[in-house]
Amino acid sequence: MPESPPRVGLFVTCLVDLFRPSVGFAAVKLLEDVGCTVEVPEAQTCCGQPAHNSGDRADARAIALNVIAAFRGFDYVVVPSGSCGGMIVKHYPELFDTGSAGHEEALHLARRTHELTSFLTRVMKVDKVEARFPARATYHDSCSGLRELGIREEPRKLLASVEGVSLREMTDADVCCGFGGTFCVKYPGISDKMLEKKLRHIEATGADTLIAGDMGCLMNMAGKLKRVGSAIKVRHVAEVLAGDYATPPIAEAE
Amino acid sequence: MSAREAILGRVRARIPHGPEGARRGAVERRIAEHPRNLIPERGQGDLEHRIRVFTEMMLAVGGTVEVVDDINDVPHHAAVYLRDGNLPARLRRGADPVLAKLPWHRGGALEVTEGPAADEDRASISRAFAGIAESGTIVLISGADNPTTLNFLPEAHIVLLESSALFASYEEAWTRLRALMGEGNMPRTVNMISGPSRTGDIEQTIVRPAHGPKNMHVIIVR
Amino acid sequence: MTEMSTTAFKDNVAKALADDQLQFAMTETGPRFIAKRTKAREALPEFDQLRDQARGIKDHVLDHLDIYLERYEAKVKETGGHVHWAETPDEARAAVLEICRKANAKMVTKGKSMISEEIDLNRHLEENGITPVETDLGEYIIQLRNERPSHIIAPAVHLTRGQVEADFRRVHTHLDPGRDLSEIPSLVEEARGVLRRKYLTADVGITGANFLIAETGSSIIVTNEGNGDLTQTLPKVHIVLASIEKLVPTLEDATTILRVLARSATGQEFSNYTTFSTGGRRPGDPDGPAEYHVILLDNGRANVLGTEFQDMLRCIRCGACLNHCPVYNAVGGHAYGWVYPGPIGSVVTPALVGIEKARHLPNASTFCGRCEEVCPMRIPIPKMLRHWREKEFERHLQPTTMRWGLGLWAWVAKRPKLYRRATALAARVLANQAHGKGRLKKAPLASGWTEFRDFPAPQGKTFHRLWKERRS
Repeated sequence: MPESPPRVGLFVTCLVDLFRPSVGFAAVKLLEDVGCTVEVPEAQTCCGQPAHNSGDRADARAIALNVIAAFRGFDYVVVPSGSCGGMIVKHYPELFDTGSAGHEEALHLARRTHELTSFLTRVMKVDKVEARFPARATYHDSCSGLRELGIREEPRKLLASVEGVSLREMTDADVCCGFGGTFCVKYPGISDKMLEKKLRHIEATGADTLIAGDMGCLMNMAGKLKRVGSAIKVRHVAEVLAGDYATPPIAEAE
Repeated sequence: MSAREAILGRVRARIPHGPEGARRGAVERRIAEHPRNLIPERGQGDLEHRIRVFTEMMLAVGGTVEVVDDINDVPHHAAVYLRDGNLPARLRRGADPVLAKLPWHRGGALEVTEGPAADEDRASISRAFAGIAESGTIVLISGADNPTTLNFLPEAHIVLLESSALFASYEEAWTRLRALMGEGNMPRTVNMISGPSRTGDIEQTIVRPAHGPKNMHVIIVR
Repeated sequence: MTEMSTTAFKDNVAKALADDQLQFAMTETGPRFIAKRTKAREALPEFDQLRDQARGIKDHVLDHLDIYLERYEAKVKETGGHVHWAETPDEARAAVLEICRKANAKMVTKGKSMISEEIDLNRHLEENGITPVETDLGEYIIQLRNERPSHIIAPAVHLTRGQVEADFRRVHTHLDPGRDLSEIPSLVEEARGVLRRKYLTADVGITGANFLIAETGSSIIVTNEGNGDLTQTLPKVHIVLASIEKLVPTLEDATTILRVLARSATGQEFSNYTTFSTGGRRPGDPDGPAEYHVILLDNGRANVLGTEFQDMLRCIRCGACLNHCPVYNAVGGHAYGWVYPGPIGSVVTPALVGIEKARHLPNASTFCGRCEEVCPMRIPIPKMLRHWREKEFERHLQPTTMRWGLGLWAWVAKRPKLYRRATALAARVLANQAHGKGRLKKAPLASGWTEFRDFPAPQGKTFHRLWKERRS
């Protein structure tokens, strides 16, 4: 542990902020438990990925500059999402011309930014958490976290340390659930077909809880599971690691 | 302006422009030196290793392999192979001098004729220019002595592979080919063949044969 | 050129999703390709390094393409072959027709060629009294059905054996109705018999080319069936259809790319038949075609050089990105509406037919990144799809509601204070509408979502509001 605790800026993400603050608080708990000082800059909104993925570079750049400014001075920036994390780490630098001031700043932010579970394991060198959470669980790899940030073992390792969690792998855990941001509303039929396949693999594990690290994918899969009347509970990985089973699962009654 | 000029002009206008001489130099150098890229380790090793890897790879794709010590035994082995496969004792071959010199009478009733294959030919024998251990591949080159049709029309294709031509990798075959043909020259056809003809076009189910030979049998002469 | 119907993308998708046979075929066969590739990749430790080198080779070629083309052409001529340059599909078709006419051709056999699809060659030949016969089994089947390939390397992947049997019974009038064709080997045998007669009587054989080698003036075809070889060996004329980006410098360079091609495509260590053709029959040759012609097609490719889309020209048409694409596996290849389906098709098609006609394609992706992960030539497909979306955004080609919605959202997202108020309001309103059930059956402006899924409701207050409360 360093002399002074690492100063972490939490990038909440727009979906956690709007839909599921409990994920944000779980992230704060996990970070504080390992000795970080956590702050939440007020000027943050969204990472700008919807604009970036819609071909609107100007707005994506403007939002990126806003995020860059909001998170100046932190030792680390932690994001409870592989998708928003990937946007900051991989795509912010692409938004600016090489050599420009914006590019330098984007790179500086990218180097300090980590998805939550990879921050805990890779930076804070934590391989277990003190938590209890009763769940026969299966883990879905969200695409951006997996393929842009290379996160695969990190959440599994931490989940395995939670008392009461047993993990069973689903077939094609690394295949997209069909969310894809605006994709899921632009092409709902294709998205649904992808979801159907995903659900079959989830159900085949016999798990009672589905865990993933991204609110977008989680809302998509939870929405479908509830629509078809499944009893499988859907949770963000941060909530499980923080032992927060008091909060109702995603899309379930209080 | 011809299509040729238009296309080349468009290409030139769009690719990064270095000095023309340097660009041409880079191309000429690459072609003249034809540097080898990374060669996988799999096939590298002594002859026994190469035979082992070649055989393993060829069997995996549905071909068969036997190893003989004496080239003069090839007619006998070919005859036995045809008999075991319920094929007539007839073989079509090219004018290749090594094949021509074989003691075919040792194949018993085996009838061997020379020339390109026709539809009715059910079995053929070719002499390989090279064998590639890495992927269990036979290299055949066309020419006056080696009709290409022998490789495709008959249902059984027997290939004689001398151990001196069993290489670890494709690259060694290219070196040998350049030594034979001269730099930059190729026979009309070079066939690299890895096992009998197959298709997976219906429900991705592998079926042999598709349009070419049903069986490929390689006789390696040690 | 083959007519583009990707503007009908949404209709195509709806049809594909409702097609049980298609869904069965895609669900059953899609995963097989993936498992095979994984196995082949694991069996070759150097695989990823070879991918890097393959990328380097193609990048070098594209940077010197003018010189390589000239070098290649000179070498083909030296070996007695002919090169026909074609800027457009029209010119390519005309060149093929002229060669066929000079050969007095009535019937031509064809090996698998995507360029042939791109220039819609079969229709042109038929209109001019020449019968084209596809000889790749998959291509043959779809020719009987008057369809387009639904996959770059497995043209009939969308069909089941039952459908193939029905087509054979319909077209092969010689077939004994009592003959059992319910198993796949019997279907293959039937096609083998029919096509054997075609190979032997064709006047011209037309194939594609996987690579063109500048060093030797050779074209390469890669097949498993042997159909390409019978097609190009038996008739008196061999025509090669190729596009200008197929060039590689040397035999060694072709070899390196061949090492990643079959493994990525079908998961084979090497394809059954890899054939290098250089010119026509030589003095003393007992067989082989007397004439050898290469059609070199541009059709918009040169215009891609030097742009943010140049990397697409590294593509070797292995189909790995299709096999691994969850969108492709949900809708099949025909939904894409043109010659090249799947992720790489969604990059290539807008370049060749124009983004206006192909505007849906770059959007029909979740950016899951599996295509880039498996591409042997390391083409950054998601990045290029995003570049196409940027072009669409610049040209106002996206649907107005989407554009306005995102524009409004971005406007608010750039104003943190306003954003806080808007999100706080939305969280409260949506949470109230859920009446404690945690989800909504319907949500405003989200019919695309709620058509198939419930909409998870917010917890009630935003994180930022709660964080403030906790701090104070």
